[in-house]
Amino acid sequence: MALAPAITDLERLKGHPAVGRLLEWNPATVTGVKFDRDEMTIYVDRANIREACALLRDDAECAFNFLSDITCVDWYPAEPRFEVIYHLLSIPKKERVRLKVRLDSASPAVESLTSVWPGANYFEREVFDLFGIRFTGHPYLRRLLMPEDWEGHPLRKDYPVEGYR
Amino acid sequence: MSVGVFILVSVIKSVIVLIVLLTAVAYTVWLERKVVGHMQNRWGPTRVGPFGLLQPAADGLKFLFKEDLTPPHVYKPLFLAAPMMALIFALTSISVIPFGNSITIGRMNIPLQITDVNIGLLLILGVTSMGVYGVALAGWSSNNKYSLLGGLRASAQMVSYEIALGLSLVGVLMQSGSFSLRAIVEAQGGRFLHIIPRWNIFHGQFIGFFIYLMAAYAETNRIPFDLPEAETELVAGYHTEYSAMKFAMFFMAEYANMITVACLATLLFFGGWNGPLFGPELLQAVLPVFWFGAKIFCFLFLYIWVRGTLPRFRYDQLMSFGWKFLLPLAIANLVATAIAVAW
Amino acid sequence: MILNMGPQHPSTHGVLRVLLEIDGETVVRIMPDIGFLHTGIEKTCEAKFYQQVVPLTDRIDYLCPMTNNLCYVLAVEKLLGLEIPPKAQWMRVLMNELTRINSHLVWLGTHAMDIGALTVFLYCFREREEVLKMFEMISGQRMMTSYFRVGGLALEPPLGFFERVGEFAGYFAEKIDEYENLLTGNPIWMMRTKGVARLTAEDAIALGASGPTLRGSGVDIDLRRDMPYSGYENFNFKVPVAQEGDVFARYMCRVRELRESNEIVKQALDGMPEGPIKADAPGVVLPDREKMKTQMEALIYHFKIITEGFAVPAGEVYQAVESPRGEMGYYIVSDGTAKPYRVHMRAACLANLQTLPKMCEGGLIADVVAAIGSIDIVLGEIDR
Repeated sequence: MALAPAITDLERLKGHPAVGRLLEWNPATVTGVKFDRDEMTIYVDRANIREACALLRDDAECAFNFLSDITCVDWYPAEPRFEVIYHLLSIPKKERVRLKVRLDSASPAVESLTSVWPGANYFEREVFDLFGIRFTGHPYLRRLLMPEDWEGHPLRKDYPVEGYR
Repeated sequence: MSVGVFILVSVIKSVIVLIVLLTAVAYTVWLERKVVGHMQNRWGPTRVGPFGLLQPAADGLKFLFKEDLTPPHVYKPLFLAAPMMALIFALTSISVIPFGNSITIGRMNIPLQITDVNIGLLLILGVTSMGVYGVALAGWSSNNKYSLLGGLRASAQMVSYEIALGLSLVGVLMQSGSFSLRAIVEAQGGRFLHIIPRWNIFHGQFIGFFIYLMAAYAETNRIPFDLPEAETELVAGYHTEYSAMKFAMFFMAEYANMITVACLATLLFFGGWNGPLFGPELLQAVLPVFWFGAKIFCFLFLYIWVRGTLPRFRYDQLMSFGWKFLLPLAIANLVATAIAVAW
Repeated sequence: MILNMGPQHPSTHGVLRVLLEIDGETVVRIMPDIGFLHTGIEKTCEAKFYQQVVPLTDRIDYLCPMTNNLCYVLAVEKLLGLEIPPKAQWMRVLMNELTRINSHLVWLGTHAMDIGALTVFLYCFREREEVLKMFEMISGQRMMTSYFRVGGLALEPPLGFFERVGEFAGYFAEKIDEYENLLTGNPIWMMRTKGVARLTAEDAIALGASGPTLRGSGVDIDLRRDMPYSGYENFNFKVPVAQEGDVFARYMCRVRELRESNEIVKQALDGMPEGPIKADAPGVVLPDREKMKTQMEALIYHFKIITEGFAVPAGEVYQAVESPRGEMGYYIVSDGTAKPYRVHMRAACLANLQTLPKMCEGGLIADVVAAIGSIDIVLGEIDR
């Protein structure tokens, strides 16, 4: 099974319900798409992520009603440095989609999804803890896994594997 | 009988009873570990002595030699007094329990009982309900939230089940017309139709026995009513902060209470030491004590069996079970017995 | 009164710390506090070759090592575009279901013990011991199996293995009856579990619950059936769903799942295909020992894989499997080198734990214990 090359052409992927719905709502929301290894990735503008998620959750055709996961990738030293990644699952349609928000290192902040899915709470705290991404509007943005007084964010690429001590 | 002889005999009897009771406590623990072990595909203690029979001795030594920790924030006088109270009351209640008929040595007729009080049953009820002080004070003086919750649960539970327990016994008292345990047992001699023994349980007090059994389980904090020390919720309940011999005292008190409760059940519902007598005179003298012991053993086994089988109640369910089910049932049983006796 | 339950507490299943604000025995507010077992596995993975990550995945959820192995290797295989021979796939399903049985047995035992039924715990561990012995037989390890490899399996199953599994699958159903005899109809058990710690379907979805915690609330989703992986589409099994959303519903879901897993094990044994257990990808899969000692080419590949790892084409995948606790997902980003750029585990328990306040507030302390038991948390997975 050879790997098919990734499709990144927005025109070719317009047929995907999630992409179509987002474009219909606000064309500026979608800043890029990628279809690779049978997985759909949509790059979303950082200002619109909360509305985009609420839209995809409530839309009858997409029905991405389940937030599987939130995580982050650090592309240090490239800019924009961070990619916050949201994995959505549609329980009725049995489909997945991945939303990505790119954040630069100057202001790694994005709107919190806790008002859309309360379950985003721990995931966002974890990302805050390990990457230092701030989620505005989060009810309790404290460290989750590391001790309260820990310095630095361990999963950043400029944080040594052995730690600072 | 002169006063001196009386005192001497009483002291000897007390010592014997105490030794027997404490040994029984130790071996009840052994029995429990063994029986529950076999129910759960384990062996239970096997290492110390044959069949682990010396395990209780090893445990006792361990308790004695362990460091006796007193946490810094406890209220010391009560913290020390609580386990003693628990144990003292547990041991006191055994003093009015008769183990058999009297034996005759020389010209002396010695009843097999430390003292035959004519309100023996009341004494036992009174003393066992004092036992709750030990538990409640331990919970309070430990200055630990788990202990406090355990102590609260214990007090509430023991107070509420005390009522059902007391009422379940009134039926028996009505039938026998005496508070003396010896008299109650003697009233249960003989048989119906030459087959069924004339024990109270077969004499209209089956429901009474059922209530007594439930209440007794609750009184002694055993599964399914072991909420005061529910280890998965309250760590160890009221004795969380206790270690070494102080913990052992609570432990002994619990098992001594189990034995007392079993004795009482035997005396009140199962005819005490009544049982078939046969053989030579010596055997006839020993058999009643044997029957008594055998019946107690059955009760203890039941305790252990239940522990191996049932999960535990929740606090509110326990209270509603006590107040809404057992208490009305006990009263109904009481009324029914009263009518039957008056007939 | 604020009651601090844990991290050392008999029924917080490891090192969960729960802060309870209580009014008498009633729980007013509850706040789980986690992180005591955080070992930074995600960071460690970034410094390892792809094949070296497999043993780390065992340690995440130590009750279902094979499920973690499977999820990771599936993700890497998806990145590589590898095709796995049928026998390896069936073996993976078989081992995965045995793992589910193993994990559910631990859950059932500890859950019952939390509610006070001590005997069930030891009965469950009797059968679990048998499963662990099978794990040992096949991988040399009881818990940290690392049996799956990228591209297939580590070893051929040893002689007598299938017979042993078959024997176990034959009598296991009776053992489940035995547990159920002690619990399912027991009035005390029902009082303690029915109507306790309710979770509605809407709340469960919104809070990201998955697995039996979600299915116990009436949401019918099972990734094995709905988004099949590793050949699950070839198996015939039911997905137990209960509507009530209480502790009892979750209990029933899991107990029925035990039976279904046993059925899948039987099917896997019956239809086990013949053939190789490793994919035909010499640069990725280690050659057989025999070939490595006799063939020059195999030796070179062996040397290269061990010393340099294998490069994985750049890209990213999210692979989710149905672990005993819910949706276990691995998100792997590759930058084209032999070490993963980023490995993230979506821990089912982490999301499930968020449902705890919804379940317990307004209940009693004893219900908290029952609820913690019913969501079946493994702190290794939560903290990673």
